[in-house]
Amino acid sequence: MKNAYIEIDKERCKACGLCISACPQGIIRFSSEFNSKGYHPAEPNDPEAKCTGCGFCYMMCPDVCITVYRAVKV
Amino acid sequence: MDYKVAYKMPRSLSGKQFTYCPGCHHGIVHRLIAETIDELDLREKTIIVAPVGCSVFAYEFFDIDGTVAPHGRAPAVATGMKRARPDLTIFTYQGDGDLAAIGTAEMIHAANRGELITTIFINNAIYGMTGGQMAPTTLLGMKTTTSPYGRKAEKEGYPVHVCEIIKELQGVAFLARTKVTTPRDVMTTKKYIKKAFQAQLKGLGYSLVEVLSTCPTNWGLSPEKAIKWLEENMTKEFPLGVYVDKVGDAK
Ligand SMILES: Cc1ncc(C[n+]2csc(CCOP(=O)(O)OP(=O)(O)O)c2C)c(N)n1
Ligand code: SF4
Ligand code: SF4
Ligand code: SF4
Repeated sequence: MKNAYIEIDKERCKACGLCISACPQGIIRFSSEFNSKGYHPAEPNDPEAKCTGCGFCYMMCPDVCITVYRAVKV
Repeated sequence: MDYKVAYKMPRSLSGKQFTYCPGCHHGIVHRLIAETIDELDLREKTIIVAPVGCSVFAYEFFDIDGTVAPHGRAPAVATGMKRARPDLTIFTYQGDGDLAAIGTAEMIHAANRGELITTIFINNAIYGMTGGQMAPTTLLGMKTTTSPYGRKAEKEGYPVHVCEIIKELQGVAFLARTKVTTPRDVMTTKKYIKKAFQAQLKGLGYSLVEVLSTCPTNWGLSPEKAIKWLEENMTKEFPLGVYVDKVGDAK
């Protein structure tokens, strides 16, 4: 069960890579697809559910592409 | 398992895609301003005065009222707005060409008058919009299109330190220099921007936050290398920290 996950608006993304270097878990990569601007957008790649929801990727993204979700504790 | 949004685009951004280059720090600072406006519940009561420079269309990216001033004149326009409508929160958003070259007089006198406005100052050591000319903040030895062999003090003078110059002016209520190269810096910058707005809300005087920022395009570096260059060079020339704080830490 994952504690947190992110979504990236790939149409807004300009492939600067700042989220990739900010992520302490190393779970963001560039997609092999293109967006309509011609960039390879960043995408989450977290098969082991390592995302902690720290928000570092969100904080460093200059184009406000990232939404971070955290599990609600019950 | 239920999930809740922890971080998302702030309400005070319009959602329009920024026109900045990949990795440009203008976007991070825009987001921090919008988060601050949300948190202080000022969205319907705030006006942005955009500059001339890459952020000339900044008012389009915020979901607040805004206008754009002639090059360097944003603090004068903001002064008029604030005096006519003291109930509103007014801030200027300016680059180093705009604020520290053509607009030096407007900024210094607004600061000295203790005008109840806030300025967010983007220092990227270059003229971005016009193609990488030397700015007053360009470092010694730094190559630009108008200092192709590197800036020399004998010819072009020294980098202008805005915070150090205006910190002695009695009208200044909050003044800090920061950067947004790491998540920790981003959090610190947010704290400063919030304090700058609070200085205005409390009627204490003029507030300015200088953000050392990258211009990957005109520095000719990748976004990642531009951050490294900023860390290694700009932070030595422009010391970070709080220069004036009359707001205090009480909530
Ligand atoms: C009166 C006037 N003079 C000169 C210009 C040309 N001009 C446009 S932007 C700019 C400098 C912008 O640099 P900066 O303020 O550092 O902002 P940046 O683009 O780097 O964000 C200049 C000189 C102008 N538009 N108006
Ligand atoms: S929230 Fe933190 S752990 Fe999750 S993707 Fe972003 S930076 Fe990585
Ligand atoms: S930081 Fe934002 S714009 Fe840059 S690659 Fe990541 S999602 Fe894309
Ligand atoms: S030219 Fe420089 S300051 Fe202007 S948008 Fe591009 S990277 Fe940013």
